Amino acid sequence: MTAIATPRVAPNTRVVRIIVIAFAAVLVYALILWRALLFAGELTAGNSLPGALFHVLTRFDATGNAFLPQAIQQTVNALSIGAIYALVALGYTLVYGIIELINFAHGDIYMLGAFASVVFLGGIMGQAAGVHDLLPLFLLLIGALAFTMPIIGLLNVGIERAVYRPLRNAPRLAPLITAIGVSFILQNVALTVAGSGDRKAPQIFPLEWQIPFGSASISVLSIVTFIVALVLMSTLQAFITRSRLGRAMRATAQDREASSLMGVDLNQTIALTFLIGGMLAGAAGVVWGLKFGYVKFDLGFNAGLKAFTAAVLGGIGNIGGAALGGFVIGFIENFASSLGFSRWSEFLVFMVLTFVLIFKPTGILGQASGDRA
Amino acid sequence: MSAGQRALRPRFERVRAGRSRIRDLSEQHRSATIFIGMLIVTLLMIYLPKYPPFNGILREQSWFDAFANAGVYVLLAMGLNVVVGLAGLLDLGYAAFFAIGAYTYAYSNSPYSGLDLPFLPMLVIGAAVAAVFGIALGAPTLRLRGDYLAIMTLGFGEIVPIVFLNLENWTQGTNGIGGIFRPEELPGIGRFGALTPFAYFILMAGIVTIAMVFLYRLQDSRVGRAWNAIREDELAAAANGINTVTTKLLAFALGATTAGLAGVFSASKLTIVSPDQFYFTVSFTVLAMVILGGMGNIWGVAAGAFVVFMIQTVALKQLNTIKEGFHLQPLDLGPIHWDLAKIDFTSYQFLLYGVALVAMMLLRPEGLFPSQRRRRELHIADEMLADHLVDEAPVVIDEAAVASSLGETPGADETFDGTTRGDEPGGDR
Repeated sequence: MTAIATPRVAPNTRVVRIIVIAFAAVLVYALILWRALLFAGELTAGNSLPGALFHVLTRFDATGNAFLPQAIQQTVNALSIGAIYALVALGYTLVYGIIELINFAHGDIYMLGAFASVVFLGGIMGQAAGVHDLLPLFLLLIGALAFTMPIIGLLNVGIERAVYRPLRNAPRLAPLITAIGVSFILQNVALTVAGSGDRKAPQIFPLEWQIPFGSASISVLSIVTFIVALVLMSTLQAFITRSRLGRAMRATAQDREASSLMGVDLNQTIALTFLIGGMLAGAAGVVWGLKFGYVKFDLGFNAGLKAFTAAVLGGIGNIGGAALGGFVIGFIENFASSLGFSRWSEFLVFMVLTFVLIFKPTGILGQASGDRA
Repeated sequence: MSAGQRALRPRFERVRAGRSRIRDLSEQHRSATIFIGMLIVTLLMIYLPKYPPFNGILREQSWFDAFANAGVYVLLAMGLNVVVGLAGLLDLGYAAFFAIGAYTYAYSNSPYSGLDLPFLPMLVIGAAVAAVFGIALGAPTLRLRGDYLAIMTLGFGEIVPIVFLNLENWTQGTNGIGGIFRPEELPGIGRFGALTPFAYFILMAGIVTIAMVFLYRLQDSRVGRAWNAIREDELAAAANGINTVTTKLLAFALGATTAGLAGVFSASKLTIVSPDQFYFTVSFTVLAMVILGGMGNIWGVAAGAFVVFMIQTVALKQLNTIKEGFHLQPLDLGPIHWDLAKIDFTSYQFLLYGVALVAMMLLRPEGLFPSQRRRRELHIADEMLADHLVDEAPVVIDEAAVASSLGETPGADETFDGTTRGDEPGGDR
C-alpha cells in the first residue's frame, strides 16, 4: 500500500498530467458512449458526435432524443453502480494493503450488509414502499447506515480475530483457503436463514423521483447513492491521511515489522482495517438494497469478484485506485447493459482483470516502484 | 531452514528405521503396490454392498452408481492435488476444465451434434482439449503471484459456465446438451446403462488406478521434485536451473487433463451436460476434498474425496431419513419460527465444507492423511520455535544461527508461492 504514501511526482506536472488524462478520458468516453447509444437505438444515426456535442440541449432528432441528456443519464447510472463497487473494492484493497490477503469473504460481508439493511428497514422500521417525506426518508437512510455499518464492520473484525489472526504467520495458501471457507460459511448461513430465493428489500427511496432532463431522466436515488459513496470515501481518505490511526495503518502497510517496532499496535491496526472495510461494505449493501429492491444469499459472490477486479484495476493497496477502479467497472457494466450485453458483463469484467494482470499488474494508479502490487 | 533440517533428521531416520519389510518391498515396487491396493479396494467395493449394513442403506446397483460418481470426484481431487498440493498453485476455477471435458464429449456423442465417436479415444481427446485450455489459461497467468493466480482462475471458472450459458446457439444455453450417448459395451463386464452402473464403476476404478500409478511415478520423478522445489521456494528453484513457468504450466496442464478425463466420464454417465453442473461450488467441493485429504498426498487426497463424496451423497441423506423417523415438532421462539421437520441435511453440505476448510486450516492444515513433506512445511514455524528453545538453552549465542533464523522467520518474507514479498506480481518476467 505504498501508493497511499505521498506520490513522488512534482505537484505541477501531476496537475497537468491529470488534466490532460481527464480531458482525453472524457473525449474517449463521449465517443464510446455515442457509438453505444447509436448501437442501442437510443439515438438515431443523424446525430453526429460534433453535432451532439455542440447542439447538446436544443437540437433533438425526430425521435426526440439528444446526446447529452442520454449521456448524462447513462453516466449517472454508471456512477451509482460504480459507487457500490468502489465501496466494496475499498475493503479488498485496505485488507490487501495491510496483510496481503485476498479476502474472498468480503463479497459476502457486503451481501450480509444488504441483509442487515433489510432487517433494519423492513423488520425493525416496518417500511415497505417509498417514503415521500424528506425528513423521515433522510432519517431512515441515516438510520439504515448507522445500523448496518457498525454491525457488518464488527462482524468483519470478529472474523479476522477468529480465523485470520491465528494464520497470520502461516504459509500464504492457508489464509486464502480459510477466506474461501469463510465466504462459503457466510453464504450458506444466509441461505439457511433467508432461503434461496430473492427477498424483497424495501425501496424507501421513491423510484418515481426522477429529474426530467431533455429526453432522458435522472434518478434521484442514483445521485444520492453517488453522494453517499463520495462522502464515505472522502471521510476515509481524511481518516487515512490525517488521523493518528490512519498513519498507523499506512505505516503498517509499508512495513509491518518496522511499524510495530515503532510502537504501532499491529493487532489493533489490522482490526481497524477490517472494521473500516466491513463498514464500507455494509454501506454498499444498504445502497444495493435501495437501488435494486431485492437481496439474495449469493449476490456477494459476483459482486465480490467485480469489486476485486476494480481494486486490481486501480492498483491494489491504493485507496484512490480502488475508487477509480470501482467506477470504471461501473461504466463497463453500464455499457454492457445499455448495449444489451448485460449477460456478458461478468465476461467483460473478467477480460479486464486478465488484461490488467497480464499487462499492468500494478494497476492504473499503482506505482511500479512500490514494493507491492 | 538448515536449523530445522538438522533437528529433523534423527526423527526422520527413526521413522524410516521402524518401517517393516513389507513397507520396503512396497516402496520398491510402488506401481505394483498401487495396483494391488486398488484391486483390493475395488473388490471390497464390489462385495461389501451385498452384506449388511451396507445392503440396508442402498441397493447394490445404487452403491455402484454412488462409487462411480465418487470416482469422478476422486479423479478431480487427484488432478487438483497436482496443482495445489504438489506445485503449490491455488486453482479456484478447476470446474472449468471439468466442464470443457464434459462439453467436448457432449459434442462428439450426442443427437445435438449428430456425431457418435467411440468412447475411449474421446476420453483421451476430451482430456487433451481440457489440457489445451489449461495451457491457454496458465501461460499468461502463471507468471503472476499465487494469490493473483487464485483470483484469475476463480474468474475463469466463473466465466466458462457463463459462456456455455450465453452461447445459446451452440450450447443450448441453460437446457444444456442432452441425450448424450453412453459408451460402447465393455467386453466381459457389461453394458453401460442408467440401471447397470457396474460397468461405469469398473471403468472408473481402472481410470483411477492408472491415474494414481501415473501420478505417483510423476511425483517421484524429476518433474515432481521440481514441483516440490517451486512450492517451497520459487526463487531458489529458479536459481537452481528449474524453468519455473514451464514446470508450473505442466502441473496446470496435468490438472486440467485429469479434470477433462473426469468431465468426459461424467458426461457419458449423466448423459446431459448443462452449465449449472460446473459452477464454483464444484471447484470449491474439490478443493475441500483436497484440503481434507491432505494436500500433496495422492492416496490421501483420493481417500478424502471418496469419503467426502460418500458423506455428501449417502450419509446426509441417511440423516434425513433418520430425522424423519423422529416426527419433530416445529420450534417456535417468538419471531423465529423453525420448522425442524423441514431441515434438509443435504442442503448444509457447503456450510459443512466451509466449516471444514476453516477448521482444517486452523487446526490441522496438513489434512487428515498428510504427506510428510507438506506437514513439515506447514509446521515449520512450530519446529523452528522448538529449535530456538533447544538452541538457546545454553546462553552461548551462535551468531550465524541467529542471523539465519532471523532471515527465515516464516511470514516475514516467505509467501506460499515462494516469491518474496518484495516481488511485484509478474515480477519474474
